[in-house]
Amino acid sequence: MAVSTGTGAGRKGWWAAADLLVLLYALIPVLWIVSLSFKTADTITDGNFIPRSWTVDNYAQIFQIDLFTSALRNSIGIAVISTVLAVVIGTMAAYAIARLDFPGKKVLVGISLLIAMFPQISLVSPLFDIERAIGLFDTWPGLILPYITFALPLAIYTLSAFFREIPWELEKAAKMDGATPVQAFRSVIVPLAAPGVFTTAILVFIFCWNDFLFAISLTSTSRSQTATVAIANFTGASQFAEPTGSIAAAAVLLTIPIIVFVLFFQRRIVAGLTSGAVKG
Amino acid sequence: MSEIVNEPSAKGPGTTATTERVAPPAAAPARGGKPVLSEGKKAERRLGLLLCAPAAIIMLLVTAYPIGYAVWLSLQRYDLRFPADRAFAGFANYAAVLTSAYWWQAFFVTVIITVVSVAIEFVLGLALALVMHRTLVGRGLTRTVVLIPYGIVTVVAAFSWQFAWTPDKGYLAALLPEGSAPLTDQVSALAIIILAEVWKTTPFMALLLMAGLALVPDDLLRAAQVDGAGPWQRLTRIILPMMKPAILVALLFRTLDAFRVFDNIYILTQGSNGTGSVSMLGYDNLFKAFNLGIGSAISVLIFIAVALIALLFIKLFGASAPGSDTGGRR
Repeated sequence: MAVSTGTGAGRKGWWAAADLLVLLYALIPVLWIVSLSFKTADTITDGNFIPRSWTVDNYAQIFQIDLFTSALRNSIGIAVISTVLAVVIGTMAAYAIARLDFPGKKVLVGISLLIAMFPQISLVSPLFDIERAIGLFDTWPGLILPYITFALPLAIYTLSAFFREIPWELEKAAKMDGATPVQAFRSVIVPLAAPGVFTTAILVFIFCWNDFLFAISLTSTSRSQTATVAIANFTGASQFAEPTGSIAAAAVLLTIPIIVFVLFFQRRIVAGLTSGAVKG
Repeated sequence: MSEIVNEPSAKGPGTTATTERVAPPAAAPARGGKPVLSEGKKAERRLGLLLCAPAAIIMLLVTAYPIGYAVWLSLQRYDLRFPADRAFAGFANYAAVLTSAYWWQAFFVTVIITVVSVAIEFVLGLALALVMHRTLVGRGLTRTVVLIPYGIVTVVAAFSWQFAWTPDKGYLAALLPEGSAPLTDQVSALAIIILAEVWKTTPFMALLLMAGLALVPDDLLRAAQVDGAGPWQRLTRIILPMMKPAILVALLFRTLDAFRVFDNIYILTQGSNGTGSVSMLGYDNLFKAFNLGIGSAISVLIFIAVALIALLFIKLFGASAPGSDTGGRR
């Protein structure tokens, strides 16, 4: 609340201290798991925040576990497919909501809102039974479907907020030049909307990448088990004396894409997360 | 997911699409005088429905149908170990759940986790939002690093906390007296679960609150300062009241999100020592006890609880809840 015009080194110093606190808050748990992943087998239980001796064995090890490599493949495949589908379907719906007048618009917005608040556990038991009956249990589509469903509200809200910011005169101009609504959508709006669509894709990907409840409930083998489940299962399936190093290394690998997104697209992600929330 | 709380307002540009085609926006007051559906209007309706159909169909197919199915399952005696015994059981499953000490234990644990973590998140999130909004140095840096807890996989973060609090292994456990194992005691384990929840979701809360902060005009704060209002008065008398819509939205979504807490508990304690949430209970009944009937009854009860929380927010705090027509939000 530094509204006053007072500046100077003292004030800057306080803000720098506050920033440092934020930095430590966000990074310590992450650095801790990174540190664990580089510890050698005999120092992993020493409780030191910084490794006394470093090794990359943990990383070499997890790539020899078939369960983990297949899980990583499943995670990437399922998250990418879900993201693409959710963003395509969401873009269509968001365009209609932001730009077109049609009956049932409010209903669709209401449904999305309900799903955004939906307790996912409530779907787990029926989906488990239904997917077993129709052969979707433990398959990629068996996870992709619920992921798309829960990503769609996020996609629709974020995208329709972005779409309302687009200069629509251009679309009008295209329509005046004889373009149909579909053509106007494809050749004018899509290029303009690309940044918003891209941001939404990142948010949806993070959501799919993060999921644990559906993944652990609707999969059972390496056919479709995702990396979050594989890591959680390392503890039980004790192939090694001490799974901590492997878990830590796998955890770091799962974190890398997120860190990359955050570092490169910080501005966009913040805009995407807040756009839907406040601008009425 | 719960990042979003928007309502395409009826006054938004969307509804004026047709009018705009005939008249430039400057002449927009002319809208509304079109009683007959023109050919273009019909095409627009068709296109709108067509574009929304895939989203509507998939969302209904994957949620509405299963939740109906869950209600039906919850009325059956249906144990996967004895599938032949499947039979209609009326409300027996609900009676079994609601008279069970496990349910109420899990329910109160969930409520405690929800209330305490959302309260802490709100205070911390507000502080974080103020720092991100006002800081004179390193604004980009702080805004970047707070996204890390938001983006990181919950399971990964939960493991980080688990290892940190494991005796002999963790840097945090090393700070505790010899022989203490915080994850095996109900109170301290719940505290750690709350810590993990708070760490992960405070940035999200802070971002929503920061968006609300941006709506508070600087002029107003400056005027208040000139009139002699101190920082605390400016916060409680101006900033917070003006941010009310953003605050309610953030609290509602985080409350509903916290109520379904699962990942952190699964990794940190597996729900042992009285730390299981209702989501854990539902999961265990399904995948450890293989009882679909009871599991579905729990699912339906959680659904009802979440609906009640949402209703409570809307009733208590009025029309600014998402989903209602938010005319006053601008």
